[in-house]
Amino acid sequence: MDPKRKKDCHDSGESTRVASTFPDEVLERVLALVKSHKDRSSVSLVCKDWYDAERWSRTHVFIGNCYSVSPEIVVRRFPNVRSVTLKGKPRFSDFNLVPPNWGADIRCWLVVFAAKYRCLEELRLKRMTVSDESLEFLALSFPNFKALLLHSCDGFSTDGLAAIATHCKNLTELNIQENDIYDKSGCWLSCFPENFTSLEVLNFAYLNNDVNFEALERLVSRCKSLNVLKVNKNITLEQLQRLLICAPKLTELGTGSFLPELTDRQYSELKRSFSICSNLNVLSGLSEATALYLPALYPACTNLTFLNLSDAALQSEEFAKLLVHCPRLRRLWVLDTVEDKGLEAVGSNCPLLEELRVFPSDPYEEGIVHGVTESGFIAVSYGCRRLHYVLYFCRQMTNAAVETIVQNCPDFTHFRLCIMTPCQPDYRTNEPMDKAFCAVVKTCTKLRRLAVSGLLTDMTFEYIGKYAKNLETLSVAFAGSSDWGMQCVLGGCRKLRKLEIRDCPFGNAALLSGFEKYESMRSLWMSDCKVTMNGCRFLAKEMPRLNVEVMKEDGSDDSQADKVYVYRSVAGPRRDAPPFVLTL
Amino acid sequence: MESKVAYENIELNLKATELRLGLPGTHDSQEASLFGARNNNKRQLSDTSKECGSKGSASDAQHADDHETPPPAKTQIVGWPPVRSYRKNNLQPKKSEAEASGIYVKVSMDGAPYLRKIDLRIYKGYPELLKALENIFKFTIGEYSERDGYKGSEYAPTYEDKDGDWMLVGDVPWDMFMTSCKRLRIMKGSEARGLGGGV
Repeated sequence: MDPKRKKDCHDSGESTRVASTFPDEVLERVLALVKSHKDRSSVSLVCKDWYDAERWSRTHVFIGNCYSVSPEIVVRRFPNVRSVTLKGKPRFSDFNLVPPNWGADIRCWLVVFAAKYRCLEELRLKRMTVSDESLEFLALSFPNFKALLLHSCDGFSTDGLAAIATHCKNLTELNIQENDIYDKSGCWLSCFPENFTSLEVLNFAYLNNDVNFEALERLVSRCKSLNVLKVNKNITLEQLQRLLICAPKLTELGTGSFLPELTDRQYSELKRSFSICSNLNVLSGLSEATALYLPALYPACTNLTFLNLSDAALQSEEFAKLLVHCPRLRRLWVLDTVEDKGLEAVGSNCPLLEELRVFPSDPYEEGIVHGVTESGFIAVSYGCRRLHYVLYFCRQMTNAAVETIVQNCPDFTHFRLCIMTPCQPDYRTNEPMDKAFCAVVKTCTKLRRLAVSGLLTDMTFEYIGKYAKNLETLSVAFAGSSDWGMQCVLGGCRKLRKLEIRDCPFGNAALLSGFEKYESMRSLWMSDCKVTMNGCRFLAKEMPRLNVEVMKEDGSDDSQADKVYVYRSVAGPRRDAPPFVLTL
Repeated sequence: MESKVAYENIELNLKATELRLGLPGTHDSQEASLFGARNNNKRQLSDTSKECGSKGSASDAQHADDHETPPPAKTQIVGWPPVRSYRKNNLQPKKSEAEASGIYVKVSMDGAPYLRKIDLRIYKGYPELLKALENIFKFTIGEYSERDGYKGSEYAPTYEDKDGDWMLVGDVPWDMFMTSCKRLRIMKGSEARGLGGGV
């Protein structure tokens, strides 16, 4: 291909020659085909002309940390953007480790976008604060606005959704995922105008109020391109059946409540409706599903590639029966109510499985807890050799089990093991779980994301630093023996981008051993470790292009830095930090 | 204003799910005791791991644990296990239903607009239970016989057992029924008469 040959023949030093023989318009057309933002970053580094061509042709921008750059800088560099993805708060805010009103407000971004990106079509936000006023502003400022995804956001209510429904005439996607939303009522759904037909994706599975069913039914009927529909628990089976009749071409379905309350005739109709849904690839919801009605789903499962049962507390028997009908499954999310027996069924029935997430049904042990053990995981590893993504919550694990698992499945890219009691050793040998994670990093050379748990010494981190050369994200809690552990990770993991640590004995020596590294990372989070304010101040002084932020807790020692968040930024220190966030 | 309420709601939820160590008292003392506990946990945990790191033997680990057992077993650590709040809210009620001192089960009746919940423990046997159901839903249950089920009305009381099967109420001893019943359903009409052959 011509562009590549030219690139190979000429060094970056001969950029002028490249520019005169290679018209910008052609380069831009070629660049339009380059989609991955990492590739685009590389393109922009080749030479100034390529940097310019790339920035003019960029239509989608991904910002992994909203404070790493300012909206003004973004719009200046990329004038033609139509789609923006923004992530805000540190990930540990999902677990209540970040106080409310921390920041990451979308407002200032929207104001700048309204001026410079009139053609904005898509906005995907994760862990941002979004107010109702912002949503209304969004709805009114961008006439071509098409897709809104809100994931783990907070600060808004269903009034904001009403504004979107009312004003966005070209909306194709409204995706409200797992947010901390003030759910006032279901009226927002009735705000879609009667002549509105463009919706393709509608997800309101995590909203709690009733929507007007007739309005929903009419909406689904007239939106002929609707292919993703995820309703909330208040939609009954009878109502679901009526919706399925209106939208047989769905590829992704999230059911409402699966409580068995139908008459015989209604049940037959339900079965019939599911049997017409031959295009389903993704199925979720199924809350309160029992063995009784699951068979109605069987005909719809033939082409399922993603089954999300994390809202359905299924037992092993009915789960196993369901799996028989899902031979093409590649992704499976499930609750630990299915127990090891259920996971054995996964091993037997899902040879194509690539991703497994097992969530705890009773994380705080309020009832009699069974859950899953190492046996279930082992069983899956024997049957699903293509497994490369796992998130596994359990109450017991052994080193030997993990060694077996990674031998069976050496292609892990994401290995997130959560042994739910902190500092729990191998329950058979009482040793630390070091050997387990050593096996993971030695065997799984493609590992990009790792979450460790159980009783761990510095040895685990020595191995991680030595072997995990592709590791990008590491999550650590209640682990390690000394600063040395963290130093090994910072020194050894070349590609590390995100490091999040809580409750570990890592102090200033560890923090400061990585200070040059932090500029090549997106962020570092350390909470309840042994870092002091002086250590943080030193880091801030030495590395002016890093933002070093500390949050202190009430009643803690003045010298301790309870929560530290360090990230690189070209926007300088935050100007909107609340009083409890100290920027050093 | 709405967002402020949302934040207050988070706070309330957090407090509701945390078990505190200190005496009930002011907000501040509660916060301090929780933090104090957490600090203690932190020191204990890191000391434990230090011991294991240097000695690496099973008995030492055991020993360390015995010496430094954390406060009451159910102390919750903030944000642990790392499960997102929306998951916590969805699932907690389910488990506590079964293990609490009352055995609350949902009762549905075909055609009724909403379900009811009853505590099985307050009834001494089937007659009381059936009478209560008749009162709640305003209908009559027929006469029970082992051979014919419930004759004399178009309703039949059924329940879902631990295996997920739908059973006729009355076949097994009351105590066995109480522990295996997950929910009740009052079937109506032809389905009731053809129980076992229908769904």
